[in-house]
Amino acid sequence: MSEKYEIVKPDVAWKDITEGGTIAQPGNSKQFKTGDWRSMMPVWHEEKCKQCLLCYPVCPDASVIVDKETGKMMGIDYEHCKGCGVCTKTCPFGAYDFVENQK
Amino acid sequence: MANLTEIRWHGRGGQGAKTAALLLADAAFNTGLYVQGFPEYGPERMGAPITAYNRISSERITVHSNIYEPDFVVVVDDSLINSVPVTKGLKETGAIIINTTKSPDEIREKLNGYKGKVCTIDARTISIDCLGKYFPNTPMLAAVIKVSGIMDENAFLADMEGSFKHKFAKKPEVIEGNMNALKRSMQEVKGL
Amino acid sequence: MSIRERLSGNEAVATAMKQINPDVVAAFPITPSTEIPQYFSSFVANGQVDTEFVAVESEHSAMSACIGASAAGARAMTATSSNGMSLMWEMLYIAASSRLPIVLNLVNRTVSGPLNIHNDHSDAMGARDAGWIQLFSETNQEAYDNAIMAVRIAEHKDVRLPVMVCQDGFITSHAIENIELIEDDKVKAFVGEYKAPWSLLDPAHPVACGPLDLQHFHYAHKRQQAEAMRNAKKVILEVSKEFEQMTGRKYELLEKYMMDDAEVAVVVLNSTAGTAKYVVNALRAKGIKAGLVKPRVFRPFPVEEIADALKNCKAVAVMDKADSLNAAGGPLFTETASAMLVRGVTGPKVINYIYGLGGTDVRTDDIETVYNRLLDIASTGNVGEVYNYLGI
Repeated sequence: MSEKYEIVKPDVAWKDITEGGTIAQPGNSKQFKTGDWRSMMPVWHEEKCKQCLLCYPVCPDASVIVDKETGKMMGIDYEHCKGCGVCTKTCPFGAYDFVENQK
Repeated sequence: MANLTEIRWHGRGGQGAKTAALLLADAAFNTGLYVQGFPEYGPERMGAPITAYNRISSERITVHSNIYEPDFVVVVDDSLINSVPVTKGLKETGAIIINTTKSPDEIREKLNGYKGKVCTIDARTISIDCLGKYFPNTPMLAAVIKVSGIMDENAFLADMEGSFKHKFAKKPEVIEGNMNALKRSMQEVKGL
Repeated sequence: MSIRERLSGNEAVATAMKQINPDVVAAFPITPSTEIPQYFSSFVANGQVDTEFVAVESEHSAMSACIGASAAGARAMTATSSNGMSLMWEMLYIAASSRLPIVLNLVNRTVSGPLNIHNDHSDAMGARDAGWIQLFSETNQEAYDNAIMAVRIAEHKDVRLPVMVCQDGFITSHAIENIELIEDDKVKAFVGEYKAPWSLLDPAHPVACGPLDLQHFHYAHKRQQAEAMRNAKKVILEVSKEFEQMTGRKYELLEKYMMDDAEVAVVVLNSTAGTAKYVVNALRAKGIKAGLVKPRVFRPFPVEEIADALKNCKAVAVMDKADSLNAAGGPLFTETASAMLVRGVTGPKVINYIYGLGGTDVRTDDIETVYNRLLDIASTGNVGEVYNYLGI
């Protein structure tokens, strides 16, 4: 099915939408950029980070970038980070600042 | 639908009147007829009066209602005639068939002036003599066939023998007793 | 050659399910449909079917399990009645909107209260806007035939909607009657293999189903359901034609009985249609031009067909075994009347009778009084009360 359907756009014609709302291309939330919802932003300081990765599982938007090869925290995906600040509260080492969003 | 026969059964919960109606439907079905066999469901209680029905015809039956003017009424337990209006709507060209030790004349006195045939059968004695236990259905069924004439008696007996052989494949010793119960009932039914 | 049998309506439906051999049956017992899962579970235990039987703890779970199974690509079925379907309520809508071709054998029983186990159509009529196709069955034969055809109708690519197969509780579900069964191999070939367009259990083609579906998307999906329901009319006829070629038994969207020259007609669903046919025959024998229309399909509603069938009548009584309690008439009546109006059929006078609620027996005499009323209306033109209760 994933080959058959395009990503559903907001202006989709009723005939073209998938039956029953079935999402034929799971993982497509990547294409929904929620970064511009942000009013506050986390700023990560690599030098203070101990790579404990506690911030990774708590991020509700999978925006803490961890390198698949090395398993190390690499930074923040600002295209999808909504600025909830959970990572900054979780960090035991003060490796995050939580500041007003900068474009 | 001139050949339609409608039968109403009166019994008590747990006595097998519904089963008897379904057995009659089976027997008629097996001789090539169209049948309906259905109970009137209420609260299911052991001993409470229950009603079941049969329609039997050589043509397809389309009516789906209870039966109000039956050709025949079958009463599986004679104590019901004091509490249930068993002859209500019963056609005078038909008959009522009652499981009782009493005679047709004794029973008729209790039937509110019903003028049709009153037939009696002592299903208890026949059942205990032939089967060793009280299973009124088998003799009652034979009495209904005899009185109503809805199917050929020999065809009925042959069909029943076939189904007993199937049903009692693992205890063939009871087949003869059941067949005897049917035959005796046909001979002993009174009031024809 | 078909197989001559005698079965109750419940036995007939359970037999159809055995022959279809679905992947999953999830059901919870409720009078008068209990026997269907009861017989079916014995088929499972005896190895006569390959079905996964899920003995759930409620009807809500029964329908939920069918939805999950169907979304996983399985052919899923259930059976229920009355308050059992009430408990399925929210899942009925989800099955339909998720476009899952589930078959539900509904043995019609009144929805309590007052508390009652007997037949009327308030369960099916209550769910008439849930997005399910609804087939009605006069006899055990029709319940069996509809149960087999339902699979093909539900799964058709232009439909993909769940189907409810209705029959009257006790009246047909518990009555032994003659029936012509189809051989197992023929049923198997007729229903074929279900090939779901997607499956939750296909890791090579992952999907997510039942997502949040706001405003425009929701509206678009409802528009699609409406289209599928429209398509269903054609598909029901196609499947019925193929079924007729196999069995000789003809099914359409509705049955017209003695309607060619009928001046007075009754419209009625399920088993009462059989009782009414007897009355029509008796009236015809007296030279009275009486007829009967029996909708087989209530959803989709056969608007053109019902209006066309009734257009030449002088007086029509629509009989409802469920009341909308809208102070105006039952659901079959209001839909028939509006179908006639929108199709420009304004000649016949139309009245409504609510009848047989809670299993109240309907006799041929009762139906005769309806025809007599119609004959009176036809001769005097005086309609009188439109919204009536029969025999009470």
